[in-house]
Amino acid sequence: MKLREIAHSRTGDKGNTSNISVIAYDARHYPLLVAQVTSDRVKAHFAGVVEGDVTRYELPKIAALNFVMTGTLGGGVTRSLALDAHGKSLSSALLDLEIDDDPGHNRP
Amino acid sequence: MRTIRIGSGAGYSGDRIEPAVELAEKGGIDYLVFECLGERTVALAQQARMKNPESGYDPLLEERMRAVLPLCASKGIKIVTNMGAANPEAAARKTAEIAKSLGLSSLRIAAVVGDDVLDACKAGDLSIMEFDSSIKQLGNRLLSANAYLGAEPMADALKAGADVVITGRASDPALFLAPMIHAFGWRMDDWNLLGQGTVAGHLLECAGQITGGYFADPGYKDIAGLARLGFPIGEVGEDGSLVVTKVAGSGGAVTAQTCKEQLLYEVHDPARYLQPDVVADFSDVTVEEIGPDRVRVSGGRGTQRTDTLKVSVGYVDSYIGEGQISYAGPGALTRGRLALEIVRERLKLTGVATSELRFDLIGVDALHGPEVSAHASEPYEVRVRVTGRTDSLREAVRIGNEVETLYTNGPAAGGGAWKSARDVVAVASVLLPRALAKPQIRFVGG
Repeated sequence: MKLREIAHSRTGDKGNTSNISVIAYDARHYPLLVAQVTSDRVKAHFAGVVEGDVTRYELPKIAALNFVMTGTLGGGVTRSLALDAHGKSLSSALLDLEIDDDPGHNRP
Repeated sequence: MRTIRIGSGAGYSGDRIEPAVELAEKGGIDYLVFECLGERTVALAQQARMKNPESGYDPLLEERMRAVLPLCASKGIKIVTNMGAANPEAAARKTAEIAKSLGLSSLRIAAVVGDDVLDACKAGDLSIMEFDSSIKQLGNRLLSANAYLGAEPMADALKAGADVVITGRASDPALFLAPMIHAFGWRMDDWNLLGQGTVAGHLLECAGQITGGYFADPGYKDIAGLARLGFPIGEVGEDGSLVVTKVAGSGGAVTAQTCKEQLLYEVHDPARYLQPDVVADFSDVTVEEIGPDRVRVSGGRGTQRTDTLKVSVGYVDSYIGEGQISYAGPGALTRGRLALEIVRERLKLTGVATSELRFDLIGVDALHGPEVSAHASEPYEVRVRVTGRTDSLREAVRIGNEVETLYTNGPAAGGGAWKSARDVVAVASVLLPRALAKPQIRFVGG
């Protein structure tokens, strides 16, 4: 299934760094996020977009992960050539990530 | 326990105006905060001020103040805003003039000045954080340097009796922290209270982004009434407790999900959210729905503030030229790709000097690039977009021209060509020793 089935997400920007939250709809799915939505997978998923590093922060109390991606916004929001200079649309791309789930779970 | 209600009346400079009126009218609020100052807005406003010394504040100041001042005055709601941009004193004078014209000349209006630290930055020749350069090396490209001030001067202005506090660059959460510090007498070294207050300010600062804006995803995250989205209210207790809510009957929703998304918005390390007044720690924050459109947010903490203030430096970075044209129907994608190849070759042939170029097909790969978009299906229509960075406006103009000439020289049936060329004012950051920023309060009128 797609990550979109179990999590929601929001993108924020600061300079040339983008952050994307990944928040489980149901806290029971948080371990799946921790196990499968790794920094390496996120970096690979954003091939051609993220030029820097991806750092992951874990927030178990709200069943969420926060990904901080440097070198992502075309040299910085205020000077980028990109159509979406803020990278606001990146969260939707991340929710396209494939998640291996036991088939009993459906979207909340 | 004492509680105050703080309304968030704007999340950016161009934000909707009626939700703030709704908050003042029906929100039972004590404070109304308008966050209207984007990253580079101060630099652009500084340019305006150099042309006209009475300008340089938010262009919607008058419209917003006219809309809310009568209600706020009659209900005793205090206003805190960063609409002063590059000229808080002129903004305060303008607001006093508006108040007078509305028969509200007893309102006390204060400007917080001192965020302009250009001279201090020049004297110290501070290093740019984002790239290898310094204030001095930016030379005459340097436009402005404004420190992110903390909540204290705004709280002091409220204490001194201000009904309206207008600041320039200040940290966004500090606009909300100031009323808390003023109302509850929080000490400026009570790091946990300042940390939890920062959680409240951070959640509220983008207005509609916590009441269902920037959130809806039909079938997954449904939000009703986005055309009449209500803006948020923070109910803050003197112990820092926080409930986020909104005006009953307004559009949108306040849920655990909207609060979690906003909690992490523009946050890097959640344990170290750097603010002028505190290093806030969001890592143990909990979010709990306690009623319809009522969410309790607890557990924010803080540690001692740093010795420096972040300064936003505005400078002329470069020029950007751009052109667009559309293709539709069978073969739209291949004609769009051909168009891009033609422009790529033309820019080379005619020797347009660029330091960076970008070739997009809007509808195909413009947002996330060709690799992420590789498996997308073919669209009915595409829009060609070519953009490039240059050292002069003259060169930037040539980029759009090479797209426009596709009309008569490019693939079949291109339509809707559009072009632009502009200078780019960008922002970078330096860190300034805290003591070198000296905020002051200036009252006008009243």
